[in-house]
Amino acid sequence: MDILVLVKAVPIVGNERLGADERVDRTVGLEANGNDEYVLEAALKLTEAHGGEVTLLTMGPTAAQEALRKGLAMGAARAVHVIDDGIAGSDARATATVLAAAIGRQRYDLVLAGADTSDGQGGTLASAIATSLDLPYLSYAGRIELTDDGRGVRVQRLSPTGYDVLEAALPALVMGTQVLGEPRYPSLRGIMAARSKETTTLSLADLGIAPDRVGAGAATTRVLDATPPPARAGATVLRTDPESAVAATIDFLAARGLV
Amino acid sequence: MAGPVILALAELTDGQPTRLSLELATLASDLAVAAGGTAVAAGIGPRAGNAAPTLARHVERVISVEAATEADAPAAIVIASLLAALLEQQTADIVLLPASPDGKDVAGMLAARLDLPILVNAASVAWADGRPVVEMSAFGGRLVTRSTFTGATGIVVVRPGATAARERGSEGSVEVVDLEAAPDPRVTVVERVVSAGAAVSIDDAPVVVAGGRGVAGPEGFAVIEDLADAFGGAVAGTRAVVDAGWLPYAQQVGQTGKIIKPALYVAVGISGAIQHKVGMQTSGTIVAINRDADAPIADFADLLIVGDLFEVAPRLAAAVRARRG
Repeated sequence: MDILVLVKAVPIVGNERLGADERVDRTVGLEANGNDEYVLEAALKLTEAHGGEVTLLTMGPTAAQEALRKGLAMGAARAVHVIDDGIAGSDARATATVLAAAIGRQRYDLVLAGADTSDGQGGTLASAIATSLDLPYLSYAGRIELTDDGRGVRVQRLSPTGYDVLEAALPALVMGTQVLGEPRYPSLRGIMAARSKETTTLSLADLGIAPDRVGAGAATTRVLDATPPPARAGATVLRTDPESAVAATIDFLAARGLV
Repeated sequence: MAGPVILALAELTDGQPTRLSLELATLASDLAVAAGGTAVAAGIGPRAGNAAPTLARHVERVISVEAATEADAPAAIVIASLLAALLEQQTADIVLLPASPDGKDVAGMLAARLDLPILVNAASVAWADGRPVVEMSAFGGRLVTRSTFTGATGIVVVRPGATAARERGSEGSVEVVDLEAAPDPRVTVVERVVSAGAAVSIDDAPVVVAGGRGVAGPEGFAVIEDLADAFGGAVAGTRAVVDAGWLPYAQQVGQTGKIIKPALYVAVGISGAIQHKVGMQTSGTIVAINRDADAPIADFADLLIVGDLFEVAPRLAAAVRARRG
């Protein structure tokens, strides 16, 4: 049971900023995307129960190593880092192309990805990758387990009214959520062990991807401008007794047609 | 020469378009007017015929495709296969998809299948210089970006509240198209579990009342539920509250939960950490009830009631009920 976990190194939430080139600054202060840590935890539990190893896969600049280091310390066996100057500025389509090519070069029974990312919030990459690799796709997992014969995966997919139980044969790609459970903290031993774990780097040339297919030059979308949102007017603050505060609140809501 | 075709996917539940789908149909109509093109809504799902007249009040042309999305294949896989088939016979320059869980799955599948560019997370969409201009909120709301496609075609994934659903005052045409779904046979739904007392969905609700750590326990949540009931709204919570098991994940607002935009968001006992703020800051009006006047939420609420939520919220519920009659 070998599991590949997709990890995106995102700017630490609250510290995001644009670089000089008007793109997200990914040179400093990166961490593993929150949802990716939930699926990594699920992957570690699955390999602990059924054997096999977890491999991390990321695409990003040098600073993305920070996110890999933590994942290795949590218990992943190795990491693969797709790194190439030509990737910067890639759109969603090119990102899916590069990741699909990198996944295609690994050995795995299961690929796991987080539901969405704090810096992109698209939530469309996992299904795009599964489609281009022709892998069975199961999404919004709140629970991931193997089927009784061990040859398939069973997922509780969160629905608006509860959950659906989905099954698919392996290999498959599963997109998971926070409901999978809290990620573990790396132990001191894990942190020490991570130092000797292998991180393989892959370039576009390694993946057989022509540079003109990816990066800013090939982007099919572009940012026209980025501006701070109009500031809210500032809160009206009510510090009176509850009765008068409630009366004032009703007036406030009525003036806006909300009650 | 005819202008661009803007096609909106309509998701159906209980034989009716979702509120978000009606917003998308309206958005398609508005963009078509601005672009001098045509708007189409594709209603794909069970009882599509029943949903078509509602859609036709919001858009000039409806394509109705009956699909058994409640059978043994996941809905997104069925819809993506039908939409891809439809787009082979119905040209569309811009495809609007709802930013619902199924809609996002469909978006990725369709983008990969048809090799289309994709813009996600649209808070609003306008039309300028022959292209859609898509506005998104980035970096936890500290930045608003406007993006477009470099070519003439693409998929835009649209969040709730990008526009208000609006009837056009005339009836659009309805065309029934028979298509055979070819969902991935390798993925099957073996069971659908409905939780007892599933709550009103927070995605679609015009009023959302949310509780945080300040409600101090599951019993405290009765106060939140009562206030939501008074407003006729939905109940939500922060991640802390969901982690504690007081609310299901479907009702979590924030970074790893949902991003919503109700007309009114009432934050009760919520400090307003960045991870929560990103999920609700574009709400029309934000009212906060908090003991601490210096909590971060004071910086982005429109009205802050400083006080004990257990003193304030029940009185507010009573006053709202009195007002609404």
